[in-house]
Amino acid sequence: MKFAFSAEMEIFRDEVRAFIREKLSPETRRRVEEGRRLDKADYVQWYRALHAKGWITPGWPKEHGGTGWTALQRYIFEEEVALGAAPPVTAGINMIGPVLIAFGTEEQKRKYLPAMRQGDLWWAQGFSEPGSGSDLASLATRAVLDGDAYVVNGTKIWQTQAHYAEMMFALVRTKPDVKPQEGISMMLIDMKSPGLSIHHIKTIDGGQELYQCFFDNVRVPVANLVGEDGKGWSYAKFLLGFERHGIAGIGLAKRQLNRLKRLAASETSDGRPLIEKPRFRDRIATLEIELLALEYTSIRLLQEGEGKGPGVESSLLKIKGTELRQEIFEMLSEVVGPYIIPYDNDVVRSGWGHDEPVGPDYAATLASNYLDSRKISIYGGANEIQRNVLAKSILGL
Amino acid sequence: MDFILNEEQAILKGSVARFSADLRAAMDKKTVTAADRWGRYADMGLLGLPFDEDFGGFGGGGVETMIVAEEMGRHLLADPYVPVVVVAGRLLADHCSEEQKAYLLPRVADGSLIVVPAFGEPKSRYSLSRVATTAVPSKDGFVLDGRKAVVLSGAAANLLLVTARLSGEVGDEDGIGVFLVPGDLPGVTRRPVLTVDGREAAEIVLDGVRVDKTAALGTLGRGGAIARRAEEFGVAALAGEAVGAMSAVFDMTVEYLQTRRQFGVPIGKFQALQHRVVDMRVALELARSIAAGAAIAADLDNAQERRRIISAAKVQVCRSGRYIGQQAIQLHGAMGMTDEYGAGRYFKRLLVLSSLYGDADHHLERFVSASQYDEGGALVA
Repeated sequence: MKFAFSAEMEIFRDEVRAFIREKLSPETRRRVEEGRRLDKADYVQWYRALHAKGWITPGWPKEHGGTGWTALQRYIFEEEVALGAAPPVTAGINMIGPVLIAFGTEEQKRKYLPAMRQGDLWWAQGFSEPGSGSDLASLATRAVLDGDAYVVNGTKIWQTQAHYAEMMFALVRTKPDVKPQEGISMMLIDMKSPGLSIHHIKTIDGGQELYQCFFDNVRVPVANLVGEDGKGWSYAKFLLGFERHGIAGIGLAKRQLNRLKRLAASETSDGRPLIEKPRFRDRIATLEIELLALEYTSIRLLQEGEGKGPGVESSLLKIKGTELRQEIFEMLSEVVGPYIIPYDNDVVRSGWGHDEPVGPDYAATLASNYLDSRKISIYGGANEIQRNVLAKSILGL
Repeated sequence: MDFILNEEQAILKGSVARFSADLRAAMDKKTVTAADRWGRYADMGLLGLPFDEDFGGFGGGGVETMIVAEEMGRHLLADPYVPVVVVAGRLLADHCSEEQKAYLLPRVADGSLIVVPAFGEPKSRYSLSRVATTAVPSKDGFVLDGRKAVVLSGAAANLLLVTARLSGEVGDEDGIGVFLVPGDLPGVTRRPVLTVDGREAAEIVLDGVRVDKTAALGTLGRGGAIARRAEEFGVAALAGEAVGAMSAVFDMTVEYLQTRRQFGVPIGKFQALQHRVVDMRVALELARSIAAGAAIAADLDNAQERRRIISAAKVQVCRSGRYIGQQAIQLHGAMGMTDEYGAGRYFKRLLVLSSLYGDADHHLERFVSASQYDEGGALVA
């Protein structure tokens, strides 16, 4: 046991940090730091830079453009990307990418993987439906074979940034009369297909990034089936279980905790910096200690699991990581006192511009960020589902 | 950070695990006395852990200490290992003269001398500088007067490490000395008391106790800092011991949920209980990781960093320990309240561990004072 990472790892960390500082647009960094919404251009600029460096698909096998990093390197990379306020990598790269590499046809690999590596191909995830959330196997969107294409009817919901997406990877029901899991197939659907329409869903934070997609006799070529008909459920499990080294979100939590401390140092209460007020200070310190414990836990589980596949510990890290981050966002919602109340969606996006700010400049995004943070214990498998998964592995019942 | 044990450490862990399980079995059969038990530690070489080989030790650090303490916690071994070997042992090794070391350390290591820290006082709570006991210089040494509180194994000990004030006011950081006081000196009165977890402590009155000059250890007047550094090793060790205890009572609870049946099914089938077990596991993993961090940090030279991590660990371990202990009792139902059942014994041990060498509030304060921020909110190391 040692207190520090090895010298090689520290050099690697410095290299990642320097790369982000040099290549991430300052404007994008500022927007991420201030909790503003991003445009497609923010993502594209960053993905191009990652591609040029060969760092856009670290988790892929080396022969498909992966970096060959160790688990610890990937952890450090993800932490630095989060700390450096870079946009997250899209769902496609970490989700459908590994599935296509493992189960896709040669043609699919040729068609999609290079475009994904260049950061040009944007994917929507087509799993959830209005009637199928945690109980995903109950999904009802149907696909019926008709000549050289499947005809898809139904609806998918909760697509993030579907308006940017060129393609969707979707789970659809191809066999109606078998066990629910056995009748599901995975297919790749062109978002410009006739009969496919998207409708945005406004969220409580005022965001417009979520969509519902409707399929009205959408024809999907058989060539777009992933792997075998009826095996979609196992591909989805493979995809969701894919190693997620950064699942605890340590870098994200650190960045928000630093933001909290910075703002609490500049806000005053009874003429003193808020951070010196014992009640507020102790709550920050408590979160900081939990974050330290969670950071050590992430690293320890990673080191103990080196060489093994992802285990149930990812559920543990997801639960604690999201709950901790939500507590930090909650304190961020308290740090400006009553200035959490004024709210203007345009200001959340673009700042005050030429107008005189109402309250401190940094107050404008805090309510939006707090409201948005409530999603993190819901998406990617609600924390209650994660607890079920973990309980099953602990109790074996 | 590297949390993987090296080869020697892994071997140590294996042998201490066997040793502790065997000792626990002997304790359950009531075939060993306290003296027998202590002799077994000596035979294993564990009593010399922090000492150099020259003094009968093996030069172990924070991680080796954690390994031993964790197994002791898991098996509820009732011996004063942390006060004697970790806190007193470290203090002696760091602050005795060579002559004193040559005499004392081999005797601590072979179990013939039991030395315990006697830092606390009736009004000091967890502060090591609120020392009201006085040390007045005399012709050939010092005269000590005062009271020392909740001295673990204080009645059984041969030697006490007493903090006493040479100058200044109660609460001053400077002006404190650490004195080596034989427990049977005239003027030393030891009142034994039982502890909540079934062990022994003593309230000690010092009434005109005369010690010679060599009884004063380390830099005279810096006793607060000396005691605090020794106690830091103790806090890191307690964190490891608490993790062992939490882990054992967690396993007991899981087994109970798998076997206890109500409404025709094992009660672990009920989601309300399943989610509680998951939260206990989360609390355990956090405590385990930060206790390991504290064990590594215990040997750091950077005092601020060391204090920050060790105090963070104590806060987290107190919180996790309370939660796991309370939920273990709750999930065992009325069985959890019975004295014969083991969960309560762990619960009581965790209570002692969270109240020893500073509770969660005390260490939260220390953590904050070790975490100085610049105006941008960044940590100033």
